Amino acid sequence: MIHLRGITKRFGDYAALHGIDLDVAPGEFIALLGPSGSGKTTLLRIIAGLEFQDGGTVLLGGEDVSRTPVADRHVGFVFQHYALFRHMTVADNVAFGLSVRRGKGRLPKAARRARAEELLRLVQLEGLGSRYPGQLSGGQRQRVALARALAIEPRLLLLDEPFGALDAKVRKDLRRWLRDLHKAMGLTSIFVTHDQEEALELADRVVVMNQGRIEQIGAPDAVYMNPETPFVSHFVGETNRLPAPGGEIHFRPHEITLAADGAEALLVDNVFRKGAVWRAEGLLEGSGQFVELDLPSSGEAPRLGETIRFHPHRARMFNAAGDQTQGETR
Amino acid sequence: MSTRATTESPIMRAGLITVALVFLGFFLLLPLLAVFSEALREGAGPFLDALHTPDALAAIRLTLLIAAISVPLNMIFGIAASWAITKFQFPGKALLITLIDLPFSVSPVVSGLIFVLLFGANGLFGAWLAEHDLKIIFAVPGIVLATVFITFPFVARELIPLMLEQGKDDEEAAISLGANGWQTFWHVTLPNIRWGLLYGVLLCNARAMGEFGAVSVVSGHIRGETNTMPLHVEILYNEYDFVGAFAVASLLALLALVTLVAKTVLEWRFGLHAGARH
Amino acid sequence: MTTSTRRWRQPSVLPGFGLSFSFTLAWLTLIVLIPLATIFLKAAGLGWAEFVEVGFSERAMAAYRLSFGTAAAAGLVNAVFGLVVAWVLVRYNFPGKQVVSALVDLPFALPTAVAGIALTALYAPQGWIGRFLEPLGLKVAFTWIGITIALVFIGLPFVVRSVEPVLADLGREVEEAAATLGATRWQTFTRVIFPAIGPALLTGFALAFARGVGEYGSVIFISGNMPGRTEIAPLLIVTQLEQYAYAGATAIAVVMMLASFAVLLLINLIQAASRRRMGA
Repeated sequence: MIHLRGITKRFGDYAALHGIDLDVAPGEFIALLGPSGSGKTTLLRIIAGLEFQDGGTVLLGGEDVSRTPVADRHVGFVFQHYALFRHMTVADNVAFGLSVRRGKGRLPKAARRARAEELLRLVQLEGLGSRYPGQLSGGQRQRVALARALAIEPRLLLLDEPFGALDAKVRKDLRRWLRDLHKAMGLTSIFVTHDQEEALELADRVVVMNQGRIEQIGAPDAVYMNPETPFVSHFVGETNRLPAPGGEIHFRPHEITLAADGAEALLVDNVFRKGAVWRAEGLLEGSGQFVELDLPSSGEAPRLGETIRFHPHRARMFNAAGDQTQGETR
Repeated sequence: MSTRATTESPIMRAGLITVALVFLGFFLLLPLLAVFSEALREGAGPFLDALHTPDALAAIRLTLLIAAISVPLNMIFGIAASWAITKFQFPGKALLITLIDLPFSVSPVVSGLIFVLLFGANGLFGAWLAEHDLKIIFAVPGIVLATVFITFPFVARELIPLMLEQGKDDEEAAISLGANGWQTFWHVTLPNIRWGLLYGVLLCNARAMGEFGAVSVVSGHIRGETNTMPLHVEILYNEYDFVGAFAVASLLALLALVTLVAKTVLEWRFGLHAGARH
Repeated sequence: MTTSTRRWRQPSVLPGFGLSFSFTLAWLTLIVLIPLATIFLKAAGLGWAEFVEVGFSERAMAAYRLSFGTAAAAGLVNAVFGLVVAWVLVRYNFPGKQVVSALVDLPFALPTAVAGIALTALYAPQGWIGRFLEPLGLKVAFTWIGITIALVFIGLPFVVRSVEPVLADLGREVEEAAATLGATRWQTFTRVIFPAIGPALLTGFALAFARGVGEYGSVIFISGNMPGRTEIAPLLIVTQLEQYAYAGATAIAVVMMLASFAVLLLINLIQAASRRRMGA
């Protein structure tokens, strides 16, 4: 449904995107994940037409829209800070996209109103149509923004850190709600986030970006379990890094086996409960490296000053150039 | 220029900029240029002569005197009012602020009229003043009063929003460390508000020196005695001494330009939104 | 600091309330309240009949029509062009923008008398501009047009400075949102941007209007001051004063002040309503 080829973008001297290729299948829910400056928002805005790329092509539904103005791309966009029209009621906001249509696509007023009602019902805000955005909570505003974007029946939904401005609890609720909505509607969607938990929870595929390049594309589980570059390994999930001949090895806090004859020994400096596990932190004997380990809470809590012997039973090895030289289990 | 997708076409942009610049040039720049051009119409000689006449010098002196009295007075008031309003909680604040703003909404002529009604020959205190041989109207004290009235809100209006934004934290910290009121004000508050204060004082001064309507009503236009620079400009102009009038006017215009430059520099240093509250 | 037994204000750690508040109140009363009260007292003393007779005489009515009319016309011109200026200053970058922005405040800093004679010099029959308009039969000086031009000068900063912060605050996102929803640039302007800055524009207009009605110095030179034709209300007050017709002066002043207060009230109402709507 979406095909990006060789997308490059510069802002003055600064290169935001270095030749991005990406394919998105119809109905997919894609996350663009990365830290600030990774270019993910720029890429999203180029797909929408809010920015124009310097090089490369953008195909939407088989059509080359590389130079098409945003108003003609028929794409739904949800902004981080909602961008609601504060002087209009909620209902008028939602119906806006329909009310600016001219020509044959234009619906009569009653039909527009009905459609707005329908969408407000969909986002569970029925009855709030005559309120103003200023009178709503953050989570409600974001849902209005979503309803407004959906009203034009876009072929694609783009969300720019949609929950970034919300409280943690509201964020969690909306995340779940968005996933359900996507399942029900099946609309191709791309959302940008720097929160990897969010990306892993919601997306069909995750696109990990860093400094204007794509580091890895894959299903959430694949990206988490088999990171292909040191950056991905480090950015997605928690990672312990140990120097090794030829580079370093990465393993996650839970990818360990406790063994009295384990190759590594952790001198426990700090212990706390983390969800369903005990988290033990400290320095390793020998290398002096800082390491975090998860131990099942079914066992006893590790004690301060205790030495835990273990070896990583599953790790990735990266050489100095950042290539993976040896994956999987040791 | 802009690769943003949501902006006007370059033609539209250029068009709007042109309209704006032509409008401003026509209504603002031309009059300003006219002042200087007319003042120097007969050359630098007559220009300087006009500024040296005894009446002109008296007018300049009086204007400076008026400013020297009214600006500090209103500055002290502005500081006191903002301190009371922004550092304490009490009902009626909004009313107080509205009252402070009143002189802003009164026509300059009316501002002069009210003092005539109070202190003029037929005014409320007219008889009492005559008895004690005190002149307020048609004398310098009247001009001072009218100017103080007109420029009353200037400093307060700058300081109140600024101090509201800054809050009380710094002062409370100082008090908790043992400072008394004056020390707190001098060492903590004043440095925080100095640019806003300067800004308010600048505007207050510009208005104090340039006020015309109110002063015209109370001064009696007595040459050499109760003529401020703006009044002197009027007198010269009505006598068809155009070079003279514009010469004095150009001094005032220069003052205005200096005020604008200083204001811009302050805004730049101080990061204030451009005169948003005027 | 003496402990206050009054409880109408919250106790505070900071000292100096007593001093600052009482000074503020005293100065305010002395300089502003008592003088203003005097006018109303005096007007009240006239009795209704006389008040109406001098406050709404034919000459006064002509003056009101002129003052309010030209102020409204000037306000409208400023509303239109001031919006363009604000737009250009907020949205675009061009060489000399800083200078232009500073210049907008010129009417605020320039003494009104200076503006008055400068404008007259420009538009008088032999003036820089007047000499081109004269042969075309367009008289500007000594007509209501000249007065309006002077008032445009005076009111210029009000609209620009009222609209600028609101426009800047609006930001690009809402425009982008409108674009993604399919709106053309013009639709975005008329349905999203303009309504959002409407209250600010109205406020700017009202401020310019209020200022224009009471303006004296910049107008009396260019207007020619012919009673019934180009005599503005403030000038009428001065003329009455010079003839010791205190009643007339007071009555007209009161009418003007009430009009000003009405306008201010309107501004406050607009702002309160818009704040309520947009959510504080």
